[in-house]
Amino acid sequence: MGFEDIIPLLNSSVRFAVPLLLACIAGLYSERSGIVDIGLEGKMLGAAFAAAAVAALTGNVWYGMLAAIFVSCCMSMIHAIASINLRGNQVISGVALNFLALGGTVFIGHSIFKRGGTTPNLPKDVRIGPIELPFAAEIGQVPFVGPIYEQLISGHSIIVYFAFAAVPITAWVLMKTRLGLRLRAVGENPKALDTAGISVFKLRYQALIITGILCGVAGAYLSTSQGANFSENMTAGRGFIALAALIFAKWKPWNALWTCLLFGVLSAAQIRLQGVEFPLIGEVPVQFIQALPYVLTVVLLAGFIGRAIPPKAVGQPYVKER
Amino acid sequence: MSGARQPLPSWALNVLMPAMNVLLALFVGGLAVALIGENPIEAMRVLAYGAFGSGYGLGFTLHYATSLTFTGLAVAVAYHSGLFNIGGEGQAYVAGLGAIMMALWLDQTHWVFVLVGSIVGAMTLGALWAAIPGYLQAKRGSHIVITTIMFNFIASAFMSYMLAQVITNPGANAETRTIAETGRIPLLSEYFEFFKHSPVNIMLIFGILALIGVYILLWRTKLGFKIRTLGQNPEAARYAGISAVSIIVIAMAISGALAGMMAVNEAVSVQKRLVVGYVQGFGFIGIAVAFMGRAHPVGIVLAAILFGALYQGGVELAFVMPAVPSELVLVIQALVILFSGAMDEMFKPVLERVFGAFRSKPRTDDSTATEEA
Repeated sequence: MGFEDIIPLLNSSVRFAVPLLLACIAGLYSERSGIVDIGLEGKMLGAAFAAAAVAALTGNVWYGMLAAIFVSCCMSMIHAIASINLRGNQVISGVALNFLALGGTVFIGHSIFKRGGTTPNLPKDVRIGPIELPFAAEIGQVPFVGPIYEQLISGHSIIVYFAFAAVPITAWVLMKTRLGLRLRAVGENPKALDTAGISVFKLRYQALIITGILCGVAGAYLSTSQGANFSENMTAGRGFIALAALIFAKWKPWNALWTCLLFGVLSAAQIRLQGVEFPLIGEVPVQFIQALPYVLTVVLLAGFIGRAIPPKAVGQPYVKER
Repeated sequence: MSGARQPLPSWALNVLMPAMNVLLALFVGGLAVALIGENPIEAMRVLAYGAFGSGYGLGFTLHYATSLTFTGLAVAVAYHSGLFNIGGEGQAYVAGLGAIMMALWLDQTHWVFVLVGSIVGAMTLGALWAAIPGYLQAKRGSHIVITTIMFNFIASAFMSYMLAQVITNPGANAETRTIAETGRIPLLSEYFEFFKHSPVNIMLIFGILALIGVYILLWRTKLGFKIRTLGQNPEAARYAGISAVSIIVIAMAISGALAGMMAVNEAVSVQKRLVVGYVQGFGFIGIAVAFMGRAHPVGIVLAAILFGALYQGGVELAFVMPAVPSELVLVIQALVILFSGAMDEMFKPVLERVFGAFRSKPRTDDSTATEEA
């Protein structure tokens, strides 16, 4: 495999990594605030449908984006009501939201478009297209650095740049701002915050709104930027890989970036390694590479390579003392 | 507020509230049908008729209910030990491997051997696949919910490898060969004309046995007592000298074995071979069944029949009213999970007040109380 093969591989890795990264950062806000989110998958799916459907109906992809964020936030708020106000089981609420999205998207999609759950193909101008960074063609002539700039860094959709920008922003918010300090605290020791007169409920709601927005963008990316329409269950477990990535990243934003890129490379490599013979081990089954992110996460969780320690209060509903 | 909030009597908690949750879910589902311009009452009638209206429909409903009984009991047993086993899907899938390998090995003999063999095979692999996350939880502290989710995906990759490369049927697309005629487990319709070729089979009886067995295990044996003690108060269990590690691993193994039984009901008895992704969400719906059934065998059997009826009714609905997508059923199921599993507290305060008002009326003539109500 030469240099010119590596750039397309990395390029497709980036494309695979972006929805994971967005969902992973989304989950980070939620879990850091103490709310388990199994429903990342469902929120992304609902958002992907909303984006494709509204873009197809209005002919404007940005309305689609708004609809995606709206739907994802609504689902996040259902999760919030169940887990914050009603102190319900957060895992079950997530499972329910996943099912709701799976059934609801096809139900509504079939009713509107009569295509058995898929939405019509979006023409090129009703999709979120690639952006050429300045001087891409010129710098592309420079050996080595040029192709990296022209092919790998330039030419992605705005969502890709947004996803990568979300990492330092999240790191900054979490570590350098008052909101971030409080978010981390509410996930570790909500009672301390409550005692200090800060509303645990409000903070967790804020976190879940951010989760909703990011999942919405992730969904819109899948159906209006990476793809050109919505199809049944198009997230295909990405929300769960994002959850695995979140744990693998030990709930830290920069780690999330590296983990999602690693999982992205695994996804991209899986397609390219099909039928490739390796010296000594021979052909690696595709399914093995498919399972690798999950296996790695299990191994990490079990503490065989480092330790992943979740926020202390995660999953426990907060009961205010009277 | 009118008097005190009365703690609910058990019938209200265990019968009234689940019933209200289901009705609410059906109501919202009906609203969705109305929104797309179809008649919701007609849709519900078709749904009910499709599920219970004929021997054929009832046979399907009972067949699905049998699978759901197994996956529901699986979630319930783990739940009583304080664990949330969300991996029924993967456990049932991997168990399919054990079941089909035994069935294909024994299918030249007699169906009784196939039945026994595939049950043993399914329970063994299902138990193993669940015991690993149990062990990791108990010994290494990795959270069971996450590990079992990961195990679902690992199972899915592992099984598609096995079905595509190892035990595949040459010529077919990622599935095993079909069980020979001599080894096929009979359908109930071969004995009862009434069920007309519907897939309900002998595993129905094993489903009932499993319900009774789990009841006896949890409430009538020492092991069950230990499981429940650990689930309700781990601290007390520790002081009583109950080993959390072994109980967690055992409870998860039983849970996985139960989920695995689904393989015999669906793959061995009906499909007569193992295909990719045969579980089709039944493992996940088991969570709903367990929670709606309050993790008790009596509740679980009722919930399993309800969800089985929804599946079968949904098929009929898609046939009779093509404008209503059968995904309506998925939506209703999701709402039942949401209402009965996560939003349990929604009706509770209201009901508690209703009961409180009801009881305090004859005793107190407090006018302020009625005013505030």
